[in-house]
Amino acid sequence: MKYLYVGATEEVDREALAAVTERVGAQFGGAVRGLELGSVEFAFDRDRGQYGSIAVLEMLLRRCPDDARKLLAVTERDLFIPVLTFVFGQAQLGGRVGVVSLARLRQEFYGLAANREVFLERAYKEALHETGHLFGLVHCAERKCAMSLSTTVRQIDGKDAAFCAPCAARLRRNSEGPKI
Amino acid sequence: MKSHWQILVVDDEEIMRESLAAWLREDGYGVDTASSGREAVEKARQKDFAIYFVDLKMPGGMDGIETMMQIRRRYPEASIIIITAYATVDTAITAMKEGAQEYIVKPCNPEEISLLVNRIVKVKNLQRENTILRKKLTRQYSFHDVISKNPRMQEIMALAAEVASLRSTVLIQGESGTGKELVARALHNSGDRAPKPFVAVSCAALAETLLESELFGHEKGSFTGANQQKRGKFEMADGGTIFLDEIGDISPKLQVDLLRVLQDRTFYRVGGAEEVRVDVRVVAATHVNLQQAVADGKFRDDLFYRLNVIEIRIPPLRERREDIPLLAGHFVERLAHELGRDVAGLSEGALRCLLDHNWPGNVRELENAVERAIVTCRGHVLTEDDFAFLAQSPGAHAWSIPSGATIQTMEKALIAVTIERTQGNIKEAAAVLGIDRSTLYEKIKRYEIPH
Repeated sequence: MKYLYVGATEEVDREALAAVTERVGAQFGGAVRGLELGSVEFAFDRDRGQYGSIAVLEMLLRRCPDDARKLLAVTERDLFIPVLTFVFGQAQLGGRVGVVSLARLRQEFYGLAANREVFLERAYKEALHETGHLFGLVHCAERKCAMSLSTTVRQIDGKDAAFCAPCAARLRRNSEGPKI
Repeated sequence: MKSHWQILVVDDEEIMRESLAAWLREDGYGVDTASSGREAVEKARQKDFAIYFVDLKMPGGMDGIETMMQIRRRYPEASIIIITAYATVDTAITAMKEGAQEYIVKPCNPEEISLLVNRIVKVKNLQRENTILRKKLTRQYSFHDVISKNPRMQEIMALAAEVASLRSTVLIQGESGTGKELVARALHNSGDRAPKPFVAVSCAALAETLLESELFGHEKGSFTGANQQKRGKFEMADGGTIFLDEIGDISPKLQVDLLRVLQDRTFYRVGGAEEVRVDVRVVAATHVNLQQAVADGKFRDDLFYRLNVIEIRIPPLRERREDIPLLAGHFVERLAHELGRDVAGLSEGALRCLLDHNWPGNVRELENAVERAIVTCRGHVLTEDDFAFLAQSPGAHAWSIPSGATIQTMEKALIAVTIERTQGNIKEAAAVLGIDRSTLYEKIKRYEIPH
């Protein structure tokens, strides 16, 4: 039997992790397992003060259990790829591993008052988005769809915590995909 | 679909290259990578990439600018985005000067890069649509689409194809509706001037002063209402072809001006003192016999010889009856589709009816007749009943002379038919009948002919 794994780096907000694990499990069906990943300090870039997401994905590939259908990691660390200032997350398109960063999803990051509900909703939407990539979905032109590209939290807030009908249909057609 | 557009990411640093490629793949694009300028040029040869992301600093003697120049030399349409880590005005200016569509300083905001790619793709989509439409238009007017199995028409097409790339002036003679403009467009589209404009002007449609301004343009204030400088059709057609339809109708003054353009390729805008030079191929057309007009002193012989360098005479449809079934079949197919009617073809009776008709309005009249029949028919095949209206049209009995006819009744009938054929254009009708306009008006009044 294959499982959908949700991995946790050592510093991650456990409440957020539990919420994401539960909702991703409910959305994608099948058994969900947790995986402790420890520290991602090896991916730290001193010049940028951020963590390289490619290095994190490489580590995830090495750590991915044999019985994993997919492995989605959740981290507090602020991720980047060299050409971009940051990424909310990154996943292998149609591959096995992906990662979501919670660093920029909190209101406090933008100097605003904390809002736990908003933060958890954003975390789930981004987890849904990266998992969608793992099942081969690309960005969707429908702004309300969870697969639409978000480069700001405002855009994340504007979309639904669900796939649009065509994206859901594509997921159903994916032989290893979830039964949604 | 985004995946139609291929992107090539060129960078010597693997992590940089692969991470950007992965990010773009998530966005739905087809992405390939190259680790050097040389590899990029090689990949560009094998595949058609819409966008290139090229890092400015690359080792191995071929930096981003050099890579871009080599790619653009071969594919001028390619959109190249230069990526640089060091934002200096100089690098930006150099990149843009050498043809980069955009340059980005890494690291850049994800939103910025996403907007940039979306903007380029939007333009590419429009360009692709434009190319398809242009191709469609060109196909419509290529020699292959002149439908005929008549030997004279085939000779004409062979001659036209031969002279398509020359700059020599062409004079197309033929009755109204024979397809003179179609041949002119086919000439333009089959020659070297095809990418440049084809500008058509109907010389009969405008009064002398208006036509002069239309052809040569005018300067601001050259006449009442000339509020600003206007480019004429000759200037608009620069590099391409100007099609002067109904050239036989132009005034003596315009004949002189036109002669000058044909001799020197220069002219003055109306009210202007500055000489304007153009490179334009002139294709003229007329339904009147220009040689006769020269003999009658109505058309300058020097202009006639300038225009008549290559002469194409299109025979009227009644002289190539073998084309009627071909053309009718073609029109049924095209018009039924355009009009959304389920009409599959023509019955034998309908074809007989079309072959018996005289077609004074030539191919245009045939096209209109088929359209009318398609619109009014009730079955899937057009029958002779659907073309019953042809029996009442002037072409059907144009040459039938009833017994006991007088010269006056025949003259009246001839004038009425001619006015109908020229669709009420008295000037044209007078020219066809070979009489003055004032004489024609006098006869219309005398015979009480409605017009």
